[in-house]
Amino acid sequence: MGLFNKIKNMFKNTTEEVEKINIEEEVVEENKVKEKKKKKVIKTYEKGLTKSREGFVSKLANLTNKYNKVTEEYFEELEEILIMADIGVNTVMDFMDRLRDRVKKEDISDPNELKEIIVDELFIIYVNDEVLSNRIVYNTGGPTVVLFVGVNGVGKTTTIGKIAYKLKNEGHKILLVGADTFRAGAVAQLDEWAKKVDVGFFGKEESDPASVVYDGLVKAKEDNYDVVLIDTAGRLQNKVNLMKELEKINKVIDTLVDGGASETLLVIDATTGQNGISQAKAFKEITNITGIVLTKLDGTAKGGIVLAIKDEVGIPVKYIGLGEGYDDLEVFDIEKYIYGLFKDMM
Amino acid sequence: MFESLGDRLQTALHKIKGYGKITEDNISEMMREIRLALLEADVNYTVVKEFTNTVKEKALGADVATSINPGDLFVKIVKDELTELLGGESAPLNLTGSPAIAMLVGLQGSGKTTTIAKIGNYLRKKHSKKPLFVACDIYRPAAIDQLIQLGKQLNMEVYSEGKNDPVEISKNAIKYAKENGFDYVLIDTAGRLHIDEELMDELKNIEEAVKPKEILLVIDSMMGQDAINVITGFNDKLPLTGVVLTKLDGDTRGGVALSVRHLTNVPIKFIGVSEKLDGLDSFDPERMAGRILGMGDIVSLVEKATEAIDEKEAEKTAKRMQQGKFDLEDFLSTMKQMKKLGPLENLLKMIPGAKKMGLTNVQINPKDLAHVEAIILSMTPKERRNPEIIKASRKTRIATGCGLSVQEVNKLLQQFEQMKKMMKQFSNGNMKMPF
Repeated sequence: MGLFNKIKNMFKNTTEEVEKINIEEEVVEENKVKEKKKKKVIKTYEKGLTKSREGFVSKLANLTNKYNKVTEEYFEELEEILIMADIGVNTVMDFMDRLRDRVKKEDISDPNELKEIIVDELFIIYVNDEVLSNRIVYNTGGPTVVLFVGVNGVGKTTTIGKIAYKLKNEGHKILLVGADTFRAGAVAQLDEWAKKVDVGFFGKEESDPASVVYDGLVKAKEDNYDVVLIDTAGRLQNKVNLMKELEKINKVIDTLVDGGASETLLVIDATTGQNGISQAKAFKEITNITGIVLTKLDGTAKGGIVLAIKDEVGIPVKYIGLGEGYDDLEVFDIEKYIYGLFKDMM
Repeated sequence: MFESLGDRLQTALHKIKGYGKITEDNISEMMREIRLALLEADVNYTVVKEFTNTVKEKALGADVATSINPGDLFVKIVKDELTELLGGESAPLNLTGSPAIAMLVGLQGSGKTTTIAKIGNYLRKKHSKKPLFVACDIYRPAAIDQLIQLGKQLNMEVYSEGKNDPVEISKNAIKYAKENGFDYVLIDTAGRLHIDEELMDELKNIEEAVKPKEILLVIDSMMGQDAINVITGFNDKLPLTGVVLTKLDGDTRGGVALSVRHLTNVPIKFIGVSEKLDGLDSFDPERMAGRILGMGDIVSLVEKATEAIDEKEAEKTAKRMQQGKFDLEDFLSTMKQMKKLGPLENLLKMIPGAKKMGLTNVQINPKDLAHVEAIILSMTPKERRNPEIIKASRKTRIATGCGLSVQEVNKLLQQFEQMKKMMKQFSNGNMKMPF
């Protein structure tokens, strides 16, 4: 069981990491005044990840302790745990069927033995024999354009601020383009982010979003920006006209940049339920979604819907958001994620 | 994307056909379908469990065997039970106090600021109030700006002190409202996680400082199973008086409404149904139950229709339809009426059985409708009344007139012919309505 061991090892590594963080915290405490904020960020991160899994983890641990035999009740309770993590009804039902099959075929009756299989099967759902990259693909020819889309209130603008900070630190010259000309204050919000993380900004309120994108890309070329992050208005996926507007934005990018947008990231709120699948399907139909940013994982929501989305729509997660600070962003790691869900079991 | 409960039950029912009685045994598949339908609607798992048990008891007791359609009876039991759970009477907004005070709380991105503007608009329109918006979201970049812009759109005043302490801002705002004749104060707070103790304390402090009569929790209707943690978190900390469910104009089933009612005694006071500032409706339990079950919303459809359609005009058209005299003039007038109803795909979704008819995936581009209108308007009155006289040269003229191609004119004429045929079948009673 390669994965299981791998995850076990990760658990060890992470313990070290936690220790490191603790040490860092102490150091930070010494520089109290200036670094107070930093400390808070680190704490949120730790708290964020644990909080969001606490319920799930202890439940799974309880489950293994509670049953000394794999019974129908055991299956039912496992199903409940998975559904409560928003993993998605269809995905869970398929998963349960496969699990039942394996238990039958391999004649498993010990819940401890089943633990490994559960982790394994969940991993298979997500990875599905594909090579998944969670890195941004850069356009060597011209500016790399990353388009952010999603329904209202998922955290697109905040995510852009955080990704801008990250990529800037990797040595890129970043331009943020505020094409959410619909929501009041959206352009100003992005502008504030640009100032906060010290990157370029272009945006106009009360104008056509596609024309803002056009002017923004022209500016990016003139001023030699190599990465352009474009913010778009939140739109519910069943609004045909608004979805059409996205098509128009894409056309503008295609005209100005060879190869078009390098990445189109769909931002999904971790508290989202089954509707996440509908969102992924609808946005994928209109644009070539290359990845998901799963936001607000610092709450109690588990964001399990991303497993269902990968399973049913085939879009992988690239980043996760863990708070409102500029460095509350992590590259998504499926092993870490599943490990997080099962931490207490190992 | 979701099958309606009705569709699901049909399959399950097929299997128990022939059994005289509904028994514990043969009901289990139907219960499974109900369970899945509710879970797909994001109803909380534990709520689903309790709920299916209740339904099972009622169904076993019901005289299913002798009823004409056991499936319908079953769905009715489920829907009634849901409606009851979702709450009886509607709860109006508390208007007492001088000024009356409401504060809105919730997670990030749930739609608080937009809802504030909508409620302000509603209070002025329906209750002739003079609302004051108070900007207490001092954390999110440009949040204050957003409220100020919305205030401008509505021509309503926003009280703001920049990034001062929200408790102080609230207190000062009330004073300001009293001095300047505002009679309803709406406090916008920053989005926060229910587990963020520091920020939850801040809400508590605002609440204690200004004692609002309304504390509304704003919840995104697309929320999944985590909703119970959020609702409990806010409800434990604050004496909530109501809930606003936002973004119901999406295609979410909104099972979260059930979690709200199950976990708290707090009524759902409003639902957000569009991005526009008049997109606020009162909550209707029966409609919500139908939506959760994917059963369509014929009540809303009829209400919308009666609001928008000129009755006389509609009657005239209906009569002509029955007589088979429906022509392009009637078509145009019907289309104008339909337009008043809003986006057509939304209307289609409200039709029960729309899924079965394959209507839910229909997407109507308003531009297409504009084209149809342009084509018809480019015809002479004579042509509109007798479309059969439109031959090649007339078609070319019409096409030039409306700036579209002859093919498009052809397409419209064909569609119109098909429609006419369908109408004849309806009025001859050959075709049964699917519901």
